[in-house]
Amino acid sequence: MKIYDGWKIILGIVIGIAFFTMPIWLNLSSAQSKVKPKLVYPTDARQCIDDKDYMNHYHMDLLNYWRDSVVRLNMRYVVRNGVVLTHNGQKLEMSLTLTCLKCHSDKKNFCDQCHNYLQVKPYCWDCHVQPKEALK
Amino acid sequence: MGIQLSLLVTVVILLAGWVAGVLPFLKFIFGVILPYVALAVFAIGLIVRVLRWARSPVPFRITTTCGQEKSLPWIKQNKLDNPSSALGTLGRMALEVLFFRSLFRNTKASLKDDRLVYSVDKWLWFFSLAFHWSFLIIFLRHFRFFTEPIPFFVGFLQDIDGFFQVGLPIIYITDVAILVALTYLFLRRIFNAKVRIVSLPSDYFPLLLILGIAVTGVLMRYFLKTDLVAVKEFAVSILSFQPISNELLNKLSPLFMIHFTFVCTLLIYFPMSKLVHLGGIFMSPTRNLANNNRMKRHINPWNPVVAVHTYEEYEDEFREKMKAAGIPVEKEE
Repeated sequence: MKIYDGWKIILGIVIGIAFFTMPIWLNLSSAQSKVKPKLVYPTDARQCIDDKDYMNHYHMDLLNYWRDSVVRLNMRYVVRNGVVLTHNGQKLEMSLTLTCLKCHSDKKNFCDQCHNYLQVKPYCWDCHVQPKEALK
Repeated sequence: MGIQLSLLVTVVILLAGWVAGVLPFLKFIFGVILPYVALAVFAIGLIVRVLRWARSPVPFRITTTCGQEKSLPWIKQNKLDNPSSALGTLGRMALEVLFFRSLFRNTKASLKDDRLVYSVDKWLWFFSLAFHWSFLIIFLRHFRFFTEPIPFFVGFLQDIDGFFQVGLPIIYITDVAILVALTYLFLRRIFNAKVRIVSLPSDYFPLLLILGIAVTGVLMRYFLKTDLVAVKEFAVSILSFQPISNELLNKLSPLFMIHFTFVCTLLIYFPMSKLVHLGGIFMSPTRNLANNNRMKRHINPWNPVVAVHTYEEYEDEFREKMKAAGIPVEKEE
């Protein structure tokens, strides 16, 4: 059976299939597709604000809540069960710079690892000063 | 009836995805075998469907289009709606594929004071445009999970899509749009009696399936978070034919497995359903053929071969007799 405008249709099919299978070609043509994020955890850390699973999945919610609390409600300290959390005798502040980055100071080998891997561009650094290690 | 069946099938797929997220053995089947089956069925099915359409004969150009065809020089041709050149046809196709120009002409029939009245109805066009564009952008945004390194357009699309910077993670405009549009398209089939009476399971099911994909996706992004690093490692491994460890499979949450099973179902269902209009729209004969019937001869392929006797042959045969009878001839010898 004859195919009318055969070459145009074949070209269309090739472009269509190439479009939908683009991820496969992109992955196969790059050596980077086997690279996985490597997180460096602080070695001198005692404990985090919450458990690892929660922090892994929900840290952005926590930071967003902190921002709203501090900036909009002027609630500056981490409160749990009605008690202000302390660390080394000091009240724990709801602050990315003063609390999180104290231990997780290596932005490049911590925050950026997953964020770059997943094209997440948090706008933390629009306001916050980046830790010095990351600026080097 | 159609709607119950579609709902039932959708719920069964949802449960299958959820069970697969809990049972390790099923997780391997649904997570590693199913995607390859789905990709193969999708690609081969799409090719087969398009080639089947391509085998249809094209006896002539269908001229029942919506504008003035090319005529005398002082009559203005509608070059986009009734093109006679390849470029014009390309323009008409682009308007059809990218902006659904045919659907823009959609009208609504209703009874007003016992009279049948046709009125303008752009809602279907608007919501289906919103749905299709959202789906495309969401698909392209998903390249952040599909490939490493991530292509340049993902960041660009994310910035535009999250332009309003509402919430965290930033709410994407397309996420809202696709849910609203799908809801409209679904409710339209239920509450519009004229549409409901022609709706079949194959009309409800794709809507429910895509709604399932969108809802699980939105849930994972904004509410019940999942381990995205694991999801990406999994997706990249699938899409670069690398083996997947059980350890990695274990990190995939049941909600992700539901999302994933819905997507694989969509890919498998695609070529054998109305959804294949993705390829079909390019094969629309009233859109993709230039109206050049008056300029170019199109031979009907099923015309029988007719033995013809041309005038030249006729004259050759009867020249002497014609001359003798005084009839003028074109060639003397």
